[in-house]
Amino acid sequence: MSTTANDPAAPKKGGLSDLRKVFGGGQSSLRQFGILGSLIVIILIFQIWTGGLTLSPTNLINVVNQYSYILILAIGMVMVIIMGHIDLSVGSVAAFTGIIVAKSMAEWNLPWPWAIVLGIAVGAAIGAWQGFWVAYIGVPAFIVTLAGMLIFRGGNQFIGQSTTTPVPQEFGIIGAGYLPELAVPLNFNVLTMILGVVGAGWIVWNEVRARRVQQKMGSERAPMWVSVVKVVVLAGVILWAAWLFATGRPGTSFPISGIILVALVILYSFITNNTIFGRHIYAVGGNRIAATLSGVKDRRVDFFVMMNMSVLAAIAGMIYVARATASGPQDGNGWELDAIAAVFIGGAAVSGGIGTVIGSVIGGLVMAFLNNGLQLIGADADVVQIIKGLVLLFAVGVDVWSKSQGRPSILGIWGNRRKARLQTEAPDEAPTTVPGTQSNLSSQPEDARRP
Amino acid sequence: MKLNTEQHALLEMRSITKEFPGVKALSDVSITVHPAEIHAICGENGAGKSTLMKVLSGVYPAGTFTGEIRFRGELVEFRDIRASEHAGIAIIHQELALIPELSVTENIFLGNEINHGGRIDWVAQKARALDLLARVGLDEDPDTQIKHLGVGKQQLVEIAKALAKDVKLLILDEPTAALNEDDSQHLLDLIRGLKGKGIASIMISHKLNEIEAVADRITIIRDGHAIETLDVHAGGVDEDRIIRGMVGRSLESRFPPRTPSIGDVFFEVKDWTIQHPQVPERLVAKGSSLNVRRGEIVGIAGLMGAGRTELAMSIFGRSYGNYLSGTIMKDGKEIVLKDVESAIEHGLAYVSEDRKQLGLNLLDTIKRSVVAAKLTKIAKAGVIDDSQEFGIAEDYRKLLRIKTPSVEAGVSKLSGGNQQKVVLAKWMFTDPDLLILDEPTRGIDVGAKYEIYTIIRALAAQGKGVILISSELPELLGMADRIYTVFEGQITDNIPATEANPEALMRSMTSAKKKANA
Ligand SMILES: Nc1ncnc2c1ncn2[C@@H]1O[C@H](COP(=O)(O)OP(=O)(O)OP(=O)(O)O)[C@@H](O)[C@H]1O
Ligand SMILES: [Mg+2]
Repeated sequence: MSTTANDPAAPKKGGLSDLRKVFGGGQSSLRQFGILGSLIVIILIFQIWTGGLTLSPTNLINVVNQYSYILILAIGMVMVIIMGHIDLSVGSVAAFTGIIVAKSMAEWNLPWPWAIVLGIAVGAAIGAWQGFWVAYIGVPAFIVTLAGMLIFRGGNQFIGQSTTTPVPQEFGIIGAGYLPELAVPLNFNVLTMILGVVGAGWIVWNEVRARRVQQKMGSERAPMWVSVVKVVVLAGVILWAAWLFATGRPGTSFPISGIILVALVILYSFITNNTIFGRHIYAVGGNRIAATLSGVKDRRVDFFVMMNMSVLAAIAGMIYVARATASGPQDGNGWELDAIAAVFIGGAAVSGGIGTVIGSVIGGLVMAFLNNGLQLIGADADVVQIIKGLVLLFAVGVDVWSKSQGRPSILGIWGNRRKARLQTEAPDEAPTTVPGTQSNLSSQPEDARRP
Repeated sequence: MKLNTEQHALLEMRSITKEFPGVKALSDVSITVHPAEIHAICGENGAGKSTLMKVLSGVYPAGTFTGEIRFRGELVEFRDIRASEHAGIAIIHQELALIPELSVTENIFLGNEINHGGRIDWVAQKARALDLLARVGLDEDPDTQIKHLGVGKQQLVEIAKALAKDVKLLILDEPTAALNEDDSQHLLDLIRGLKGKGIASIMISHKLNEIEAVADRITIIRDGHAIETLDVHAGGVDEDRIIRGMVGRSLESRFPPRTPSIGDVFFEVKDWTIQHPQVPERLVAKGSSLNVRRGEIVGIAGLMGAGRTELAMSIFGRSYGNYLSGTIMKDGKEIVLKDVESAIEHGLAYVSEDRKQLGLNLLDTIKRSVVAAKLTKIAKAGVIDDSQEFGIAEDYRKLLRIKTPSVEAGVSKLSGGNQQKVVLAKWMFTDPDLLILDEPTRGIDVGAKYEIYTIIRALAAQGKGVILISSELPELLGMADRIYTVFEGQITDNIPATEANPEALMRSMTSAKKKANA
């Protein structure tokens, strides 16, 4: 065996693998690299197919308005899925929160900012309820949230008497509002561009910082050109997107819901990557017993992750109600499926332990642009569903397949499709399980844990 | 009984080269196994032993490596394990691949059921199972569920399973690492017996005394190269000779010198009584008391199932069983360790014997694993300083000589022994006052063992206490300053190293006659 750390041949691989690091390190980065590629391909295909409609300002704004709440759900869902759980109740929780918020404003005349606070509180309460059952009673999240799906859907229709409840116009800002115009004689939205410049600047600063840290630590650095290309491409894309948003129909610009989304993505990427709590999520998801034996309180992590999901569902529900200007009995139907699909397309593993916020958002964007593009070319809803289903299946299928292959030679590709997991989890040494440890250490019933 | 012509070889692997991204695990390795011989493979951790066996058994299918394999004279290309099994090669990973909920019979015939048009012939299976169990010398009801058997017996079931498939070549990857001396002995006798019946074995082990006793020939692998093949019957092959081949130099002694600077008792467990988590009538610890002095290495000896691990884990934040009674004193004050978090805070560390299930998150990188047990040490207000993290991981990589292209690599990519070093690093990082080591050198090569012993000694010299649980008596005798023996959940003796010898230890490990005078 020889390691290539100091091997002259190593930097050759550095280029591509470092480029991949843009999308977060860790084991799923490869997958995200692929999925980002698919997103670009899908956008380009529809851009050509629709004769430039896809990347027009109006359409981009539309996509953000229409899918921001699914993407917000995906942020919470990926954390749930990393833990090895699932949350089926998000659509119902969103709808339930929506109706309470709508009623609070319509009937109790609660000012809209307070209504938002109320909505978040409702989400937290529901989350605490579900988290309690999952973490401290040990009912599998699948069951708890299946129940929640029924309970809160019913709750929505009970409170709203199965009719729609309108919300005041000011509330609409979080769902249908835009960055305001400044009183300057420029023919684009200045705030949107400022946001874009800040974003691009952050990319540059972040890369410089990363290189400095890497140098200090003496870890392997990508060649300079990789960094430059990376920064130029990413910053360019951000500025270009900002320009598109800034030059749309007068009165429109980057949507407020998009800003909420971006803020949440940044916040949760930070939490999952850089905080102790984030580490604990991956630790418990990867090996619950080893995590508890390292001092992680797994139930507490279960609880907060489930609770957090419902809070995000509440936010998504409010944004939706704001955009639709009313809360209705069918709000949020099927959202859980879109969110779960986004997470898996974005590289999460069904068995838990793997997944990233940014990947899930990219996965969600794949679904969003696919949906949007198909609508633009006039495909019917049934066709859209079929295609979305196939994309989900193929995206995850390709991933599983390529993982099982490792890095095969051409010869190896033929004839060993099924031997999948053996390679990635190549068995070597041996567990001798302490009698009873498993059931003792874990509060979860069998099926909530995966081997 | 020397067979030297190539035509008679049972197995020939020629010029095998296998690369992983960034790592050449095997380069141009050739090995020949004769019919009915026991062929041992020795080498340091990460030398490529397991990889070679995975290549042979089709875990890494033909095409993912270069070189050729001839089995019984024919060129073979296995696409998967089934294909190699079909040809008569069975691999037994230490990773026992049995299904705990199924019976012995069901496991033996899993995937290979005796059936008539899809309907399982239970009568025939059971009869055959009884026959196979007799062959491996396992006296158990074939209807017993696997989970009720100890590791040693499970190992025998694995072999019975291999025999059911009419195996010609049995591969055993560290078969005795998790077994006690009796079970190991039984297993080795069995392998010898099979050899008498014409079944060849390839055996990987870090227990060189076993290899010396049982092997006909030994191939030594170092850094992915086959260095030499020794013929045991030609004479002159002893443990030192093997070690010289493995590490390229001789090892003067197996244990670093003692530098005892033992202080006062700082850690005490009194009347510790713990219930089995499922079977409340069963006490896995019965009024056990023990103490540790600063700078002292305290050994715990006992047979498999005596309750050593259970005792250690229950002390470590009640992570095993139901606590009934007992107190823990540290530095003269009583401490209550209700969970692992508080145990870590009070300076305890527990290095588990089972790294894959209890020690590591196999999805994680080395870097993140090393700091996992004490994230607060590198975090401010809950935010982790990841630049520090890298440096720390690098330090431990160098200190413990973890063999890896980078600390950013996944721990699942490491060889078994190197994974163990990561677990050790993880707990050293918590900077414990009391380090509980449960079989810390399981699956670790002789050279690395010495390194680990040196580290244990160094920790003790810093005034830390060490509890060393081990099934290897020489290890306990070579390392411990004092040894407790455990029998059926009870501490039966407390012997200073100066008075300890294998016979005395064995006596106390197998009977409850003396009471500890702790
Ligand atoms: N799936 C993999 N991906 C990348 N590298 C691997 C993989 N499996 C093994 N390796 C590397 O190949 C080398 C040989 O590993 P192998 O498991 O064969 O060692 P070993 O001789 O069995 O060691 P041990 O005695 O510790 O079990 C190691 O450096 C290991 O890190
Ligand atoms: Mg090995």
